[in-house]
Amino acid sequence: MATLESPVAVALMEAPAAAGHRPAVEVAHLRKTYGTLVAVDDVSFTVAEGEIFGILGPNGAGKTTAIECAIGLRRPDAGTIRLLGLDPHADPHQVHEIVGVQLQSGALPAKLRVGEILEEYRSFYRDPADVDELLDVLGLAAKRGDYYRSLSGGQRQRLSIALALIGRPRIAVLDEMTTGLDPQARRDTWELIEQIRDRGVTIVLVTHFMEEAERLCDRVALIDHGRVVALDTPARLATQARGGKSVRFLPSAPFEDRLLTGLPEVSRVEREGQHVLVTGTGELVNAVILALHTAGVTARDVQLDSSNLEDAFVKLTGKNLHTEGVLA
Amino acid sequence: MSAFGQVVRNEARLVRRQPTNMIGSIGLPVVLMIIFGELPSFRQHISVLGGVPLFDTYVPIIMVLGLTMLTLLGLPSPLVSYRELGILRRLSTTPVPPSWLLAAQVVVQLCIALAGLAIVNIASVAAFGAPVPKSPGGLALSCLLAIGGLFALGLLIAALAPTANSVNAIGRLTLIPLLFFAGLWLPRPLMPAVLLDISNYTPLGAAVEAIQGSVQTGFPPATPLLVLAGYTLVFAYLARRFFRWE
Repeated sequence: MATLESPVAVALMEAPAAAGHRPAVEVAHLRKTYGTLVAVDDVSFTVAEGEIFGILGPNGAGKTTAIECAIGLRRPDAGTIRLLGLDPHADPHQVHEIVGVQLQSGALPAKLRVGEILEEYRSFYRDPADVDELLDVLGLAAKRGDYYRSLSGGQRQRLSIALALIGRPRIAVLDEMTTGLDPQARRDTWELIEQIRDRGVTIVLVTHFMEEAERLCDRVALIDHGRVVALDTPARLATQARGGKSVRFLPSAPFEDRLLTGLPEVSRVEREGQHVLVTGTGELVNAVILALHTAGVTARDVQLDSSNLEDAFVKLTGKNLHTEGVLA
Repeated sequence: MSAFGQVVRNEARLVRRQPTNMIGSIGLPVVLMIIFGELPSFRQHISVLGGVPLFDTYVPIIMVLGLTMLTLLGLPSPLVSYRELGILRRLSTTPVPPSWLLAAQVVVQLCIALAGLAIVNIASVAAFGAPVPKSPGGLALSCLLAIGGLFALGLLIAALAPTANSVNAIGRLTLIPLLFFAGLWLPRPLMPAVLLDISNYTPLGAAVEAIQGSVQTGFPPATPLLVLAGYTLVFAYLARRFFRWE
């Protein structure tokens, strides 16, 4: 995607002027049941304008139902939803004009050409993007005259994203947007999403790719059993998962655990053969190195905490995202 | 071009690029007309048919045959596959409602229906010596009411069929009794009284009666027209009642 940096791409994604401090998305106490099945129990979150907000959770957690309620596709049993102040169930037309949606597993007619599909959807909006520019940005320019059925999975996915962006939305909701993409296409898509955000578009991503959430999202809501079990930045969620940070090192000389356990930052000291693993909070690494230095010990082979969002996920939901979130 | 114009344009492209149903609804009637028109036995005036050649008896049947193929298969298939593929759902997230796609399909299929009826009608007169319709207005009204009833039935099938494959099964199963009472295998004048009574109150029986009457005698009687209007209303109501957008 060599064209990503082009001024054309920049102009395309120019969003209308920001509208004050109003949040882009407000969801409060959302609830949706199907008979006795509680799909969404109680979900609340707020997304600021210009934010990339991630919704993570295993299959059946209620992510997609929550999103479908939020964009007005389903009527929730309870709760309030505002998109830039608009109620999607009271003002569906206005909401559809400013919210671009890419739903999971939506196909298109096999025998329509890429350009024809985009021209059709373009005509639905008052102030749409230019088809050629959008195709350029998404790396589909060469495919403009091709039938939908001849596109690869990744190209179909990008066309689907293009359709979500053709109306130049203020909010883009993307459900599993990089599923089925190869790693390069996925990274290209991430870059594209960041560019769109840089133009002031608020982005809500439903994803099960940890790497995607860590790389892209300003904040992440972990949803399980229809409830938000955690909501924070990816880094802070990861830190919480370990019950803090940790540092592992090889001491230059023996020392007593007491030297470190006495520090306010340290919660636990473990020996792993020659190595020492210290868990704690705050300025843990500084405190440990300083205490060792005072005792005349040097820390070698220092390794910092490697816990990530995935650990947070496993800890909070008791599930592994890659086995239960992707498959089934 | 307006948004609706764009939707219609793409639906027309799809019909052109997947012409199976169009061939069935225009090609098949034309081929039948040519075959029947070339058979000497179809040209003889037959007393049991009221002195009308068998060919002339078959022209209205061929007309409704094409119309029925179109509306029972060609109209519902794309709509059901759009629901299956999530296209109607995708449209629900845009400023344009999914009902526009349905309306666009109706517009495109209506053009095909009118073209098919006109081709068979004109060619049968011009090339095969069928009589010029006594009541062109009656013929037009009969055709429109037949289109109404059958399009509404097609939309009802689109409402009820769960998958694109089931449209074919449902369409074909519905097609056979409807065409039987239209007189495809046994023209109406040859039907026993019981069958004829039933035929009079089926959509295609009424359509053939109204078209035949407009061609042979003049403005058609009220009964077949009212039967067709009644089917249009009932099927349209049921289609609306049961249509699912996802």
